[in-house]
Amino acid sequence: MSAVVSPIREPLVNGSKTYHQITEDICSPTERTPSPAWIAAFIVAVACLSFGVACILWTIWQGIGTWDLNRTIGWGWDITNFVWWVGIGHAGTLISAILLLFRQKWRTGVNRAAEAMTIFAVICAALFPGIHMGRIWLSFFVLPYPNTRGPLWVNFNSPLLWDVFAISTYFTVSLLFWYTGLVPDFATVRDRARGFRKKFYNFLSFGWTGKAKHWQRWESLSLILAGLATPLVLSVHTIVSFDFATSVIPGWHTTIFPPYFVAGAIFSGFAMVQTLMLITRKVLKLEDYITVAHIESMNKVILLTGTIVGVAYLTELFIAWYSGYVYEQFAFYNRAAGIYWWSYFGMMACNVLSPQIFWVKKFRRSIFVTFFMSIFVNIGMWFERFVIIATTLARDYLPSAWSYYVPTWVEIGIFIGTLGIFFTFYLIFVRVAPVVAIAEIKSILKSAGDQYTGPEAHRKKKEAEQVH
Amino acid sequence: MASSKHNEVLYGLYNDEEVLMDAIRNAHKKGLDIMEVYTPFPVHGLDDCLGLEESRLHIAGFIYGITGTMTAFGFMTWVFTRDWPIIFGGKPYWSVPAFIPISFELTVLFACVGMVITFYTICGMGPGITNPILDDRITDDKFCIAFNVNNASSGDVNEMKAFFNETGAEEVNKKTI
Repeated sequence: MSAVVSPIREPLVNGSKTYHQITEDICSPTERTPSPAWIAAFIVAVACLSFGVACILWTIWQGIGTWDLNRTIGWGWDITNFVWWVGIGHAGTLISAILLLFRQKWRTGVNRAAEAMTIFAVICAALFPGIHMGRIWLSFFVLPYPNTRGPLWVNFNSPLLWDVFAISTYFTVSLLFWYTGLVPDFATVRDRARGFRKKFYNFLSFGWTGKAKHWQRWESLSLILAGLATPLVLSVHTIVSFDFATSVIPGWHTTIFPPYFVAGAIFSGFAMVQTLMLITRKVLKLEDYITVAHIESMNKVILLTGTIVGVAYLTELFIAWYSGYVYEQFAFYNRAAGIYWWSYFGMMACNVLSPQIFWVKKFRRSIFVTFFMSIFVNIGMWFERFVIIATTLARDYLPSAWSYYVPTWVEIGIFIGTLGIFFTFYLIFVRVAPVVAIAEIKSILKSAGDQYTGPEAHRKKKEAEQVH
Repeated sequence: MASSKHNEVLYGLYNDEEVLMDAIRNAHKKGLDIMEVYTPFPVHGLDDCLGLEESRLHIAGFIYGITGTMTAFGFMTWVFTRDWPIIFGGKPYWSVPAFIPISFELTVLFACVGMVITFYTICGMGPGITNPILDDRITDDKFCIAFNVNNASSGDVNEMKAFFNETGAEEVNKKTI
């Protein structure tokens, strides 16, 4: 193919793959019996999931009193976890949608797994507002359905209701986008399978045959879905930030929240993608498809968004001082030096300082450093949400109402449970579906495969020319 | 193409998309009527080469999207100005800025769901649907040109076979689908 590729651009597919080799490499993990490592991980994940489900059932049975929320601190770990999970989800859409619009070829190695991660993260996120309602069996009240109470409609002016629409739309669109991308790859697995697996994948592949016209429509659909998902993903975290920004709490009522939340979401999402991909590529032996070049690209995004988040923190501090508004000033003084100073410190250290090591190329390309950094960032972004929510609420306008909050074992259990849900789904996903988008990798092979492009390929080509 | 009656198909498998595209151009020159081309991945430039019209899916998407906008905005307007007007925080009943987030979300939702359903419907695909497959390797690494030979004379078939040989097809087979 005659795509213009810079000779110094690193190849994205290593190992001089052929089309058939790509199919083999990516399909085979779904065809082997699970490895002991997978089984062990699955047992741990299901154990966490079960514990989480038990805690959720206990919460529903007993009521929200099983949590340590109080009149002052009405949002604690639940909403912290909600925002954290939604944020994690955003990297998947960013990789698959925004990078598709920007024609970034490196997205093809990681988009499938990142989108799967999005869907599982949104499931975990949506759980929290649901159980936080207390009476989860009445959660359908958030939908504007014709009812016998008037009909009394929901409040369309409330950011919490916007959230209902944003999260459910986001989940639906992500799922459709992901699945439509999977259909041709399920067909590839189907055509290699026998017996029951063939029937199973035949069902999943929706009767895909690979007709030229279908590919044309498929590409058109992917592009438009990407075009719609891009503003959608920005709107979702903007609306999540409105939950805070439209309130009148000092420290929340700021216009910086939407961009700051979106940057933070992408930041934490990429960190989670790194955590997952580093393990996945190793265990499934996909190092030729998820290369160090991919990892470096994602680390650059982490560095950029981490720095944006850092600038946002400093801007908040500056504006609090510059506003001359004592309540706002106190809110930020309290965050940095109040009772929850340690979470502010954790946030600053993990989100702002630690990603700066990625200015050094050696660290950006180190798998070991990247893995630890990805964990740091996830912890840091969790702290960020905790700082915003619990620290701010703990010290409100009335000193007589000031309070402190520590989670109960039930709240911790539900959080562990969502980690369990997330990893259980992810582990099932890597067994059932091709983890890397097979068709998309094939489509970039000739412009990004190491036998066609990259410094090494160009050197060889030159040498061959000199021989002649 | 998607007729219910069985078609007798003569098809050739190629190993590379560039060879395939050359073959398609060659077929056009010879005036051979290609029934279908199958590829394992979206081949850049193939639709131009085959002379496929641009997909009109985006027009459908726009219509679905605008329907979503109207539905959301119209419904919220009706609820807050006609059906049950309530004042929230001293704002007007018809508080347009507050309607924007939900109008946007429903625009995206309608457009996406509508387009995906349209896509599967016009492609004749969906859960539980099985379409005939010429060769299992088409979804792996083979590029396929298929001719319909229902009413072809043996002379025509021979011409097609010669075409496949000439253009570098690895395999030529006949199948009824």
